[in-house]
Amino acid sequence: MKAKIGFFDFAGCEGCQLTVMNLENELLQLLKLVQVVEFRELMTERATVLDLAFVEGSICRPGDRERLQQIRNRSKILVALGSCADNGGVNLLGSDRSLEVLRQHVYGGDLPHLYTETPQPLSAVVKVDYRIPGCPIDGQEFLAILQALLLHQQPELPGFAVCVECKLAEYPCSFDYGQVCLGPVTRAGCRAICIDGGSHCRGCRGLIDNPRTTPYHQILEKHGLTVTEILDQYRTFNIGEREKGS
Amino acid sequence: MSRKIELDYLTRIEGHAHLLIDHRPGKTCTIKLEIVETPRFFEAMLQGRHFQDVATIVSRVCGVCSISHTLASLMATEAALGIECPPQAQLLRRLLSFGEIVQSHLLQLYFMAVPDYLGAASLFQVLDSHQDLVARALRLKRVANRICELVGGRPVHPVTTCLGGFSAKPEASQLKRLRQELVAALPDLEATVELFAGFTYPQFTRQREALSLQPDNGYPLHGRTLLTGNNSTFPVDQYRQHIEEYLVPHSTAKLARSKSGSYMVGSQARLRHGFARLSPMARKVADALNIDCSGLNPFENLKARLVEVVHYFEESLHAIDELLICGMHKICGNTSATGSGTGTAVVEAPRGLLFHSYRYSPDGLLENADCIIPTAQNLACIENDIQCLLPGLLDQPEEILRRQVEMLIRSYDPCLSCSTHQIKIDFT
Repeated sequence: MKAKIGFFDFAGCEGCQLTVMNLENELLQLLKLVQVVEFRELMTERATVLDLAFVEGSICRPGDRERLQQIRNRSKILVALGSCADNGGVNLLGSDRSLEVLRQHVYGGDLPHLYTETPQPLSAVVKVDYRIPGCPIDGQEFLAILQALLLHQQPELPGFAVCVECKLAEYPCSFDYGQVCLGPVTRAGCRAICIDGGSHCRGCRGLIDNPRTTPYHQILEKHGLTVTEILDQYRTFNIGEREKGS
Repeated sequence: MSRKIELDYLTRIEGHAHLLIDHRPGKTCTIKLEIVETPRFFEAMLQGRHFQDVATIVSRVCGVCSISHTLASLMATEAALGIECPPQAQLLRRLLSFGEIVQSHLLQLYFMAVPDYLGAASLFQVLDSHQDLVARALRLKRVANRICELVGGRPVHPVTTCLGGFSAKPEASQLKRLRQELVAALPDLEATVELFAGFTYPQFTRQREALSLQPDNGYPLHGRTLLTGNNSTFPVDQYRQHIEEYLVPHSTAKLARSKSGSYMVGSQARLRHGFARLSPMARKVADALNIDCSGLNPFENLKARLVEVVHYFEESLHAIDELLICGMHKICGNTSATGSGTGTAVVEAPRGLLFHSYRYSPDGLLENADCIIPTAQNLACIENDIQCLLPGLLDQPEEILRRQVEMLIRSYDPCLSCSTHQIKIDFT
């Protein structure tokens, strides 16, 4: 019996589901092992029960909570797909202002159908069994986690920092370019792709379990960076991270 | 007999949508395409952000066209702050756009539209009966994504793009390899043309306004001038004088209209304005598909998309040649910008015109952002299409009516994660 899997989305950009669809080389093999039973973006069919539900996006409205609860009820295992589902991600960037202010700003009005609440990760509403971090997720990590789940093993995320992957790949250090890099405190698993691309780590995969903050502060001070610069970078993807961790 | 039809779970589109049709005999038919996707307030979230961070954040509006959002954002900031992008970087950006459009079009054509023409609910349903077709779809999509990976670092939310150009470039040897992969994919492209030439498209025509970038520099892609339906042009900075966004109670997407009403953007608009600028191979394909280049039938959006796939394939080969011949010596301009400024940029995203317009304070922080996405512009056009299509369908069984209307909506490839809302179509 093939495992029945489904993909669902809430407030987000669908980039994580797209990253799964971009696994063209692996997709046919994958479909020999699993049966995709629900995936609104690609199929009309719907399912009553699922072995595995991958859920992308944040929860922002009362209707979202109900729909997520229904997905939870019919799924044996529920996996948060990507940073919006995992910790709220970029959706929380407006959370320093009231939702009324945001609505007024973008829509110039406050109609009832525009009502939303502060974006929440899935774990604020239902039990999340596993999570795949990142904005977007890494396709190969998705495959590794799916493989573990199909083998009834515990999927594991790397416990070390992006810095480790970066150093192993011998990329030049972003700090030496005068950039604020979150690599020293961000969970690895992305193969330091942004640094490879000549950019710096913006921390989209969330914090590692025990970030070594003192040495990190020393690095930042050594490069003459301000607290505002650091917080601005940290805020992009991690406003929800602290609440999630507490 | 009065009839109320609600399609509250539109599938095989990007984002959530519902359609409501209310028909009472002797009276007009009310159609509401409801966009109920969650508002995410990106324009407000960008306020106060430093210009170096804006593109990375705004790319997250839409994973499907994250490359277009990134490029439109970078170009708007460059226009605002006077940052130059060297010619070779502009060419790399074009190549990156080609990759995104081809991959997005192929996803829509094979995974979202083909099932309608095979009478299937999804491509997964025909895995066994159409093995070749599925394998071909995946092979072609892979090549398109190779372009995005090589130039942008990855297909979703690129990492090599930056103000002034690129922070990393592909090696010449990688570009040569990519060129081989593109050429090797041509037979698959040919088979795709045969497939779509063999489909019977619903017969329906309606005069629609078209808006696209002006094809002054080749087929519309990146540019500074827009071309309207009545052949007049205006600079992109003046878009607010020509395009009005408005709120409707049934949509969390703001809709857009021109002075003359609803208009279409995307493949058919580009094709109507830029037909003469198509590549030779794309012209042949247009003939083989028997395409109506004025684009009167929205169902033929599919053909237009396929012609563009071929065009951008061929253009990619030329872009690679040019990059290899000229070398990639300068891929990033001087980005040490200071001072305030206002700037607008428009790119042709897979689904049509994408506007980004920013104002920055003297310390380089974003004061105001305005984005208009393609689907918001197409929504009113889709509603008007359905209004015209319906009378011929009302005596049909609901199943057929539903299918035709869904196919029509799907033909526009609406991307509602982009518009940051869902559509609810209620037929009342």
